[in-house]
Amino acid sequence: MTQLALVIDLNVCVGCHACVTSCKEWNTSGSAGPLCDENPYGANPTGTFFNRVQTFEIGQYPNTGTVHFPKSCLHCEDPPCVPVCPTGASYKRKQDGIVLVDYDKCIGCKYCSWACPYGAREFDEKQKVMKKCTLCVDRIYDNSLAEIDRKPSCVKACPASARLFGDIHDPESAVSQAIRENAGYVLMPEWGTNPANHYLPRRKTNMKIHEDELERSDNPLKVDGLLPKPGKNEPTLDDFS
Amino acid sequence: MPSTPLHDPLAPPVADAKTEVRNTTCYMCACRCGIRVHLRNGEVRYIDGNPDHPLNGGVICAKGSSGIMKQYSPARLTKPLRRKQGSERGAGEFEEISWEETFSILAERLKKIRSTDPKKFALFTGRDQMQALTGLFARQFGTPNYAAHGGFCSVNMAAGMIYTIGGSFWEFGGPDLERARLFVMIGTAEDHHSNPMKIALAKFKREGGRFISINPVRTGYSAIADEWVGIRPGTDGALLLALIHEIIELGLYDRDFLVRYTNSGQLVNLDDAHDEYGMFVRTEVPKEEGCYDPQNKLWWDRNSNKPVVTHADGADPYLFGEFKLPDGTPVKPAFQLLQERVKDYTPEWASQITGIPAATIKRLAHEMGITARDQKIELPIAWTDSWGKEHGSVTGNPVAFHAMRGLAAHSNGFQTIRALSILMTLLGTIDRPGGFRHKAPFPRPIPPCARTPNAPQGVKPDTPLDGMPLGWPSDPDDLFVNADGSPVRLDKAFSWEYPLSVHGLMHNVITNAWRGDPYKIDTLLIFMANMAWNSTMNTVEVRKMLCDKEENGEYKIPFIAVCDAFHSEMTAFADLILPDTTYLERHDVMSMLDRPISEFDGPVDAVRIPVLPPTGECKPFQEVLIELGSRLKLPAFVTKEGNRKFRDYPDFIVNWETEPGSGIGFLSGWRGKGGEKFLRGEPNPKQWEMYAQNNCVYHHKLPRSYQYMRNWNKGYLEWSQRNRITRYAEPILIHLYSEVLQKFRLAAQGRGITRKPPAHLAKRIETYFDPLPFFYEPLETQASDRYRYPLAAMTQRPMAMYHSWDSQNAWLRQIHAHNYLHINTLTAQAAGIADGAWMWVESQWGKVRCMARYSEAVEPGTVWTWNAIGKAAGAWNLAPDANESQQGFLLNHLISEELPANPDGSRYSNSDPVTGQAAWYDVRVRIYPAGADEPQQTSPQFEVMQKYPGMKERPSWLAYFGGNKK
Amino acid sequence: MNPAFSVIFLTTLIGVGQGLLLALFTQQSYALFDLLPQQEARFYGWGALLALLFTVAGLIASFFHLGRPERAWRSAAQWRTSWLSREVIALPAFMGVLFLYGMTHLTGFDPVLLTLPSGLGIHATVMLGGIATVMAFALFVSTGMVYACMRFLQEWHSPLTVINFILLGGASGFTLAAFYAALVAPAQAGFFAGWALIITLLGLLGRGASLWRNARLKPKSTLQTAIGIKHPRIVQTAQGAMGGSFNTREFFHGKSESFLARVKVVFLLLAFAFPALLVVLDLSSPSTALLGCAFISQFVGLLAERWYFFAEARHPQNLYYRGVS
Ligand SMILES: Nc1nc2c(c(=O)[nH]1)N[C@H]1C(S)=C(S)[C@@H](COP(=O)(O)OP(=O)(O)OC[C@H]3O[C@@H](n4cnc5c(=O)[nH]c(N)nc54)[C@H](O)[C@@H]3O)O[C@H]1N2
Ligand SMILES: Nc1nc2c(c(=O)[nH]1)N[C@H]1C(S)=C(S)[C@@H](COP(=O)(O)OP(=O)(O)OC[C@H]3O[C@@H](n4cnc5c(=O)[nH]c(N)nc54)[C@H](O)[C@@H]3O)O[C@H]1N2
Ligand code: SF4
Ligand code: SF4
Ligand code: SF4
Ligand code: SF4
Ligand code: SF4
Ligand SMILES: [Mo]
Repeated sequence: MTQLALVIDLNVCVGCHACVTSCKEWNTSGSAGPLCDENPYGANPTGTFFNRVQTFEIGQYPNTGTVHFPKSCLHCEDPPCVPVCPTGASYKRKQDGIVLVDYDKCIGCKYCSWACPYGAREFDEKQKVMKKCTLCVDRIYDNSLAEIDRKPSCVKACPASARLFGDIHDPESAVSQAIRENAGYVLMPEWGTNPANHYLPRRKTNMKIHEDELERSDNPLKVDGLLPKPGKNEPTLDDFS
Repeated sequence: MPSTPLHDPLAPPVADAKTEVRNTTCYMCACRCGIRVHLRNGEVRYIDGNPDHPLNGGVICAKGSSGIMKQYSPARLTKPLRRKQGSERGAGEFEEISWEETFSILAERLKKIRSTDPKKFALFTGRDQMQALTGLFARQFGTPNYAAHGGFCSVNMAAGMIYTIGGSFWEFGGPDLERARLFVMIGTAEDHHSNPMKIALAKFKREGGRFISINPVRTGYSAIADEWVGIRPGTDGALLLALIHEIIELGLYDRDFLVRYTNSGQLVNLDDAHDEYGMFVRTEVPKEEGCYDPQNKLWWDRNSNKPVVTHADGADPYLFGEFKLPDGTPVKPAFQLLQERVKDYTPEWASQITGIPAATIKRLAHEMGITARDQKIELPIAWTDSWGKEHGSVTGNPVAFHAMRGLAAHSNGFQTIRALSILMTLLGTIDRPGGFRHKAPFPRPIPPCARTPNAPQGVKPDTPLDGMPLGWPSDPDDLFVNADGSPVRLDKAFSWEYPLSVHGLMHNVITNAWRGDPYKIDTLLIFMANMAWNSTMNTVEVRKMLCDKEENGEYKIPFIAVCDAFHSEMTAFADLILPDTTYLERHDVMSMLDRPISEFDGPVDAVRIPVLPPTGECKPFQEVLIELGSRLKLPAFVTKEGNRKFRDYPDFIVNWETEPGSGIGFLSGWRGKGGEKFLRGEPNPKQWEMYAQNNCVYHHKLPRSYQYMRNWNKGYLEWSQRNRITRYAEPILIHLYSEVLQKFRLAAQGRGITRKPPAHLAKRIETYFDPLPFFYEPLETQASDRYRYPLAAMTQRPMAMYHSWDSQNAWLRQIHAHNYLHINTLTAQAAGIADGAWMWVESQWGKVRCMARYSEAVEPGTVWTWNAIGKAAGAWNLAPDANESQQGFLLNHLISEELPANPDGSRYSNSDPVTGQAAWYDVRVRIYPAGADEPQQTSPQFEVMQKYPGMKERPSWLAYFGGNKK
Repeated sequence: MNPAFSVIFLTTLIGVGQGLLLALFTQQSYALFDLLPQQEARFYGWGALLALLFTVAGLIASFFHLGRPERAWRSAAQWRTSWLSREVIALPAFMGVLFLYGMTHLTGFDPVLLTLPSGLGIHATVMLGGIATVMAFALFVSTGMVYACMRFLQEWHSPLTVINFILLGGASGFTLAAFYAALVAPAQAGFFAGWALIITLLGLLGRGASLWRNARLKPKSTLQTAIGIKHPRIVQTAQGAMGGSFNTREFFHGKSESFLARVKVVFLLLAFAFPALLVVLDLSSPSTALLGCAFISQFVGLLAERWYFFAEARHPQNLYYRGVS
């Protein structure tokens, strides 16, 4: 069975929000659209987005880490948002595990959003139905697009290639390998939702310097006579024993 | 389980829609990525990155993806507008007029100015990418008063590096992250190479490279750094000099590189009585004076223990020591002088200034030196150097740097950037794999050959300017000054106050014009710059100057025309508004004559091709200039008979040549009658089509042997000369020691044969024109009470906003609706300011009420905010109560365009004394809580801007769906 | 959670309706066994219609909760998995039975539907009353489970939630029944008042228990598990939207801790203490006005209680929406 998902590499995400607006842009004129905006030019503008990038500060100065954290629907394998939906508008596709909302069935009761511990669903205040990341289901199977374009909009956009897309049930897929090799993890494992989307943690490259490396015979100072040998007449141990 | 969905998520949302995909170049920022614009029934449905574009390879950023919201923004201007008769400037009352009226008003006015005193017309342009055309127009008009954003942007970076290594970061070169192992990023938040930097950085990290960020703040790129070094602002010079100290002391420099490719071994005349004191000793006076370094300097050869001409066969110079020439002149190699210079710049010394532990500074030096030395790259690419020596391979040391405005936007930035360039040189990383790589048209001679006129006679009525409006002085005789040493230019660029101000000083234009110092002007034409807001310092006062009147009731700046695409703060101060098209509606070129999008492997230029018709009566500014040029009969735009030469801008681009028959034009691709030539060739009538068919770019890949070591690569230099990229093919030795600077210093000391500065400027020139880098406190810091203003304040670019112009973008403004002042938690607590609370931030120039945000990711002596998020109420057609104007704020109110007055009452620009670079990040502030009784609103506030005729209503809802209507 | 007024009214109003039906049928059952005097059909009939009125009001309130009320009918589809769907079925079903129960009383059309082996004939009113009672409980359980089944809303995820819905709905219904009886059948007022007092006190016990439990809850999710980073000090500086989002509107009440504490005191007083006191006073010296006040106080108190019920629940998603800049 296929479970499509995103794998987000926090190690390289610079928090640029490209995934945020390219998602909005694709989807507002797509099958989930329009994604409405309220007060677009007024106080407290607010609209429906499927993906948000957040920032967290870890630790205290000077040992501070800054982490950019993109979050969209995690397409849980055991999605609590689906069984609670009274209309069946929320559903998980058998063929690929994508969790979708049927906008023509949804009554806008918001109950599914209560059932999502991740805050991944956003109610469209103009359309009055619940919306969420579709994993760009309207791109990834569109044969009229070139092969390289059959990817979610956010994945294509991401300049840092911090967003990988693929089948996490296929152990050979790039996403499965990335999860395996880089200690990929899921959010809030305590609820047993089995999110399909995974996150890859920060990884650090350090440099170790050995003292020997600072004192070498090929030191160019020698060429200019600036690492002089001690004078012949200076005292040595040889003078004493 | 659910039945079949009613809503088929795979069905096309608009049946039988007419869809189209068109390629062009993004201009949501200056990075210039290739984009594909997807149209549905004629409306923009989607914009994505063009996978076949060399710059972005298919990725796109937050701004680029929000192009739709720019295109359909209600802040767009759609009609030419004239200030209503009888209304006050600044009140924002306009009436529609026709383009014909607009042109005749402008042409009449400009004709008069041109035939009397062309200086009285000033053309200043902001974040544009067409300086080749605007510069040409100004030059043809005959005014010296032209500049673009460079002076308030990053001229220190350009000048500091170009005067040292003949190339620069910014748009002219960059770090080779493909091959680097250690990458040190200094003072960069976003920069112009926006997407490419992200692509490269992620790849670099994935491949295990080590990334160090030196920045007072840890956000954006710095977030993913392996190590963050939180430095105090304005102190990088100290850090870099200490790194140089440590690297020299431990012998971690690349001696072979220094000897052959830099002036390290050249002997400096140290005879204090000599007029040539501090200059290199020369074997002979060169026969032909050219814009290059003649190879006539001396080394002290280790083998023969004698002075010899540099690069003499078999010779190897001493880098250290003290020698006497046969005629008794005491000399030292430049490198010896550098070592003496950095002797006292110890890590311990720098630690006190920068706040970075000395052990960290030492370790950084060791990491750089050891990586450079021990992880050498060798590529099997044969090449020949300028002295004829053949090399079997290209080698490199994999330590790369990138730096930007964190260094540049300080008044000590020029010398700091010199220090950085020298550090990069010591590590042997210039135009070598894994280090810094040039991009065409760089490297160029040090300095490049373009010159401004050097006397007032360069400006004559009805005559083009006798020289470039902007150039590269190589000595005091190149300055553009009057006989008494006073500036010819309105912004005082190329004067003794800011001699190497190679990009001008746009940030002083309004103040100078208002004050009439050096003189009054008549017409100010501003293009694509929000000079009444975020690209001006001292915003509150500058806005008053724009409306200030003489006693006779005339405006002090008599006429202001503004070309903008949006309802910016600046437009309110216009007498005439020229509505520009958006980037999706016009032709544009990213030309080799300006700032192309070249790659390391060769020159690349690019174009924009309209994908949508102009909105309303919008007209591309290019067309405006060509129309005006034709009406004014500027030589370049008319035939000998005085008739209009170019139908329109696309026609101009194809057919204009730098000189008749030169074969050099704005675009380098598909030249020659049938498009068979590149770089040089006759105009090709099909040139636009060929660009259109090729992703809107022309990418000329150089042979591999021309891709490295280009300063001294014989093959490359000759290729570049053949293709008229440079005039000479002489090697471009790195100026570890800068004779150019020494020449100014000598003049200031009253020596030498060049012009001498006026007495009151001599000391300043002598101090700052040091041929070797040195550290000094930023000028404003020197002139501030450090106890009263203990903190440094600065801004950063948010990745999802471009300067002031994205607040009209409904999507982007949801990400950055307003801004906070970010303060280290302990610093804020000590000031009694709560997280999220209203507070005041105050400099000696002004104060701003804003909201505080605690942060652990900022050095405790620094406060910062996102740049240009705050807006004037009503501007950009935002509601008067929009967050931008009520909670957002502009830091510029705290920054002065001038330093405190000199004893004689005169004032210098708040700029680097060498280059005139605006010192945005020098300002010192104090912070304190706002009173409980104060309004919870940003201060200062300005009169609410009104919507102009021709602008759309702003909707209270937006449900954008491209191409739904049939 | 940000309390939704539609849902506050829905649950409190139908609770009253359900409780009132339970009260009426309790009395009728007592009468069946001659423990209390059988009342005129009008008493039960109009009482049932009064209960129906509350449920209708509740139903109307619920529509305000829906973005697309015109599609409300779809919400019955998922009764296999969704407690909300079950509630949606149970409510009209209850209302229907309630209506029939009322009408059989009012029209006097009350045939014997069933004869027990003992020969006792079960009349339609009794049958329908019994079914309505079962339906009322089913509805209570559905409503309670709508909240109690959300496992990561730890404040709600407890049997106490269902118990309290039953007890609080029951209490308000019995109090209303007491008032109703005081108006039209004063002799029965004491019976209802007595039960109202007992259920109110049980309600206090149940609600007190949930308050006590919730005050001791340790959130299972933390910022550390939310973003998967292990460090004791993590602070959010940006949530990606500065003008607010659905996530900030739906899940944050935006009120201070002290406001919450005050609401708690208010609902404890209004929903439990006052009504209990008033009912005790009424039991010692019967007064319609006292019972009227008791009901109003209790209903208002329950509105506050329901507000608090939502506000008290800390949704784990809130971990992602704590900072802006
Ligand atoms: N405090 C502080 N101030 C700074 C800086 C800082 O770091 N801190 N940075 C400085 C720097 S580096 C720079 S470059 C400047 C930038 O400052 P500006 O050059 O003023 O840049 P923008 O704010 O982008 O404004 C440019 C104007 O161009 C208009 N515009 C946008 N698109 C078009 C178009 O297609 N055609 C036309 N005609 N107009 C258009 C916009 O509406 C806007 O009014 O700001 C400087 N100001
Ligand atoms: N998204 C986006 N991209 C842009 C722009 C934009 O507005 N938005 N503007 C474009 C323009 S015009 C320009 S000029 C470039 C500028 O690109 P950057 O140079 O990246 O611009 P700034 O945001 O000014 O970044 C300055 C950085 O230097 C740090 N800094 C400040 N003072 C010091 C110091 O003394 N020492 C050190 N080490 N660091 C310091 C600041 O914390 C900040 O991170 O970006 C371009 N790209
Ligand atoms: S993340 Fe939330 S909305 Fe998405 S599948 Fe999981 S529970 Fe459902
Ligand atoms: S809001 Fe829509 S999708 Fe969510 S539970 Fe209600 S009906 Fe289902
Ligand atoms: S997969 Fe598609 S819908 Fe989901 S966040 Fe990415 S772009 Fe948005
Ligand atoms: S586009 Fe990529 S790098 Fe940018 S915020 Fe999204 S995931 Fe991070
Ligand atoms: S980086 Fe600049 S040019 Fe490239 S897509 Fe983004 S806004 Fe456009
Ligand atoms: Mo800039």
